Amino acid sequence: MACSATAQIIQPLSINSARSVDNSGACTKILSPSSFLGSTPRINKKLFAVNKSISSLARRPTIVFAVSSDVVKEKKLKSNSSLSNLLITKEEGLELYEDMYLGRAFEDMCAQMYYRGKMFGFVHLYNGQEAVSTGFIKLLKKEDCVVSTYRDHVHSLSKGVPAREVMSELFGKTTGCCRGQGGSMHMFSKEHNVLGGFAFIGEGIPVATGAAFTSKYKREVFKEDCDEVTLAFFGDGTCNNGQFFECLNMAALWKLPIVFVVENNLWAIGMSHVRATSDPQIWKKGPAFGMPGVHVDGMDVLKVREVAKEAIGRARRGEGPTLVECETYRFRGHSLADPDELRDPAEKAHYATRDPITALKKYIAENKLASEAELKAIDKKIDELVEDAVEFADRSPVPARNQLLENVFADPRGFGIGPDGKYRCEDPKFTEGTAQV
Amino acid sequence: MAAAVTQGIGATAALSSANSNKFQFTTRRSLSERKGSSFVIRSDGNPRVDLNQHSNRTRQLVTNAVSTKPDSASASTVSKPGHELLLFEALREGLEEEMDRDPHVCVIGEDVGHYGGSYKVTKGLADKYGDLRVLDTPIAENSFTGMAIGAAMTGLRPVVEGMNMGFLLLAFNQISNNCGMLHYTSGGQFKIPVVIRGPGGVGRQLGAEHSQRLESYFQSIPGIQMVACSTAYNAKGLMKAAIRSENPVILFEHVLLYNLKERIPDEEYVLNLEEAEMVRPGEHVTILTYSRMRYHVMQAAKTLVNKGYDPEVIDIRSLKPFDLYTIGNSVKKTHRVIIVEECMRTGGIGASLTASINENFHDYLDAPIVCLSSQDVPTPYAASLEEWTVVQPAQIVAAVEQLCQ
Repeated sequence: MACSATAQIIQPLSINSARSVDNSGACTKILSPSSFLGSTPRINKKLFAVNKSISSLARRPTIVFAVSSDVVKEKKLKSNSSLSNLLITKEEGLELYEDMYLGRAFEDMCAQMYYRGKMFGFVHLYNGQEAVSTGFIKLLKKEDCVVSTYRDHVHSLSKGVPAREVMSELFGKTTGCCRGQGGSMHMFSKEHNVLGGFAFIGEGIPVATGAAFTSKYKREVFKEDCDEVTLAFFGDGTCNNGQFFECLNMAALWKLPIVFVVENNLWAIGMSHVRATSDPQIWKKGPAFGMPGVHVDGMDVLKVREVAKEAIGRARRGEGPTLVECETYRFRGHSLADPDELRDPAEKAHYATRDPITALKKYIAENKLASEAELKAIDKKIDELVEDAVEFADRSPVPARNQLLENVFADPRGFGIGPDGKYRCEDPKFTEGTAQV
Repeated sequence: MAAAVTQGIGATAALSSANSNKFQFTTRRSLSERKGSSFVIRSDGNPRVDLNQHSNRTRQLVTNAVSTKPDSASASTVSKPGHELLLFEALREGLEEEMDRDPHVCVIGEDVGHYGGSYKVTKGLADKYGDLRVLDTPIAENSFTGMAIGAAMTGLRPVVEGMNMGFLLLAFNQISNNCGMLHYTSGGQFKIPVVIRGPGGVGRQLGAEHSQRLESYFQSIPGIQMVACSTAYNAKGLMKAAIRSENPVILFEHVLLYNLKERIPDEEYVLNLEEAEMVRPGEHVTILTYSRMRYHVMQAAKTLVNKGYDPEVIDIRSLKPFDLYTIGNSVKKTHRVIIVEECMRTGGIGASLTASINENFHDYLDAPIVCLSSQDVPTPYAASLEEWTVVQPAQIVAAVEQLCQ
């Protein structure tokens, strides 16, 4: 039975059969909406009733594929299975655990700091969704690009931006990754190829498409051996936005090396996904544009990682984009200012039992990949790292006046020529930020 | 969103002919990479049989756009004979030279590739550079502008064409939020060297939506530069400068100016994005204008000269930022300012320019600034109504006469 787990992973991403309905029979598994929404009989009746009403939609013959949700479950039963049959090695397991724990600890610290008045404005926390960020981003190289939304702290951390820089940015200090000019919703890092951080939803998807376009351009015009891929992360609300559809079209049309990762946490602030979407199954929208659409349990980092491997591999090989829908959940409100009154406590409780970090811990323990002590050591290390990040941000300086005008233009001649005939940026007062523009 | 492809020769028929295209191109101490030489270019509107191969295809076209009175006072120190071409060809020449020079430069837009561009600015480029460097996009302005921005952040230098400038309203999200702001919000980490260009302005009965002037909407966006070309010479020079600039630049072209014929130098030249152009030096009044209105102004100037006035005409070219040096020097000399623009009255370029001049040169003004703009009206289809929405030479003459009483 050792190989049965892999057999359960359906190879879902062959695009050629995407258009033929006939192929859907043998090798696909269409998820019913009830399992899609992760509901159990204990879920609030209202939600369940809504599930029922859309179940008829799901019965339409569809052409896509879904990854089985049984992999990890299967593995749990076999405590003597040899390490070579596991999905991850010990090193990988610890890496994944550390990254998810870092995401969680960091966001919890953000909440604390916000309520203590150290950071302001709109702060959107990622608690509960760590499996998606870790599952995807830990497979990337440094040159690959990540584009996110306003819920971007953890994507930046996973990609390698130091916690110190992210925390400083949140405190608005000059040592932040964007010199304090971006803030929570605009995390950028040229070194780690994090292309933002966007406040308007959907805005980042074309930017990600452009980064993928550059990758293709390098390959075909410069004849470089370039296999860089771009990941675009966005939520369920964005999937009703025009830019999403326009980019799916262009990416599939030109076979751009991009993966569209939908973090479907069912809620767009207070708007439930099913109340906003005619067909809530987002993964089905991929084949409409000629790319595979995959649904995966986003609370399970190993499943996400398996799907990510395939999608990223496709992109690297030049086979084009993939749409991956990750069913996930955010444990906190939309932002720290959100009272979070609309979501049903039973729903929240249900997802709390599927906490991705707990799940991975369990997996590691049951398969004896690492000891309790090793995990605790990681916890301690990360806690200290986050504390250090806060201290660093605290003692960092706030931006001086002279930083005000510095990055408006890449070429500061763009401020123009002043009445005295000199370029404004030549004015010594310019760097002081007191020059008139 | 089908573009009205008015490549028609007749498009320029009613265009008022300019008085003189003579201008001085002088050096000034600045950071720009301009050649130190100073030379005068004179444009001759008469179609001549020219041995130069560039003008072969222009022989059949009627060119009455820019006629010159031969000016004996001009010293022609033209270094080489130069070649004649139309404005859209000048744009293409500039674009092609930059694409040859730097393989990172690419063109993105609707119908720019196989179709050659709705105004033929990119004609032939797809054959030469391939379908990826001259990319035909689906009709998705917001997304392909965003795509250009993402490409620019990761190393390319895209030139985005709006088939008609009005279509870029759909790309406003990307232009405002990402184009202008990402350099700043990323703390200077990413630069966005895009050029966004396209035909705008009031054409020949194109209807309200195809006759828009977007410079007033975009001018407040921090982080972008805006320039407007008006002659073949400055079209090519500004195109090259815009592509070479590290800043995002919006280059405004005008639908009715594409067939302007002019002789431009053979040697390479790049103009300065931030400078204004002295069209006609004078003493009595400063007339500030840009794009198509330059020609209405020059026609009015002919009448004014006959009436004994001596207007100084400046084509401001750089809509954002304003070249306050050239403008200021002129105000200090004449003490009277008239702004003639095609933009809407409310919140237009003229309004900003008026505020700017008042702020900086108030002491030098003998009279309030007069601003002649288009009516705050959606451009009507009927030709008579359309004529009344934009400023006509007679109005300019009347305004100058009144100002200079």
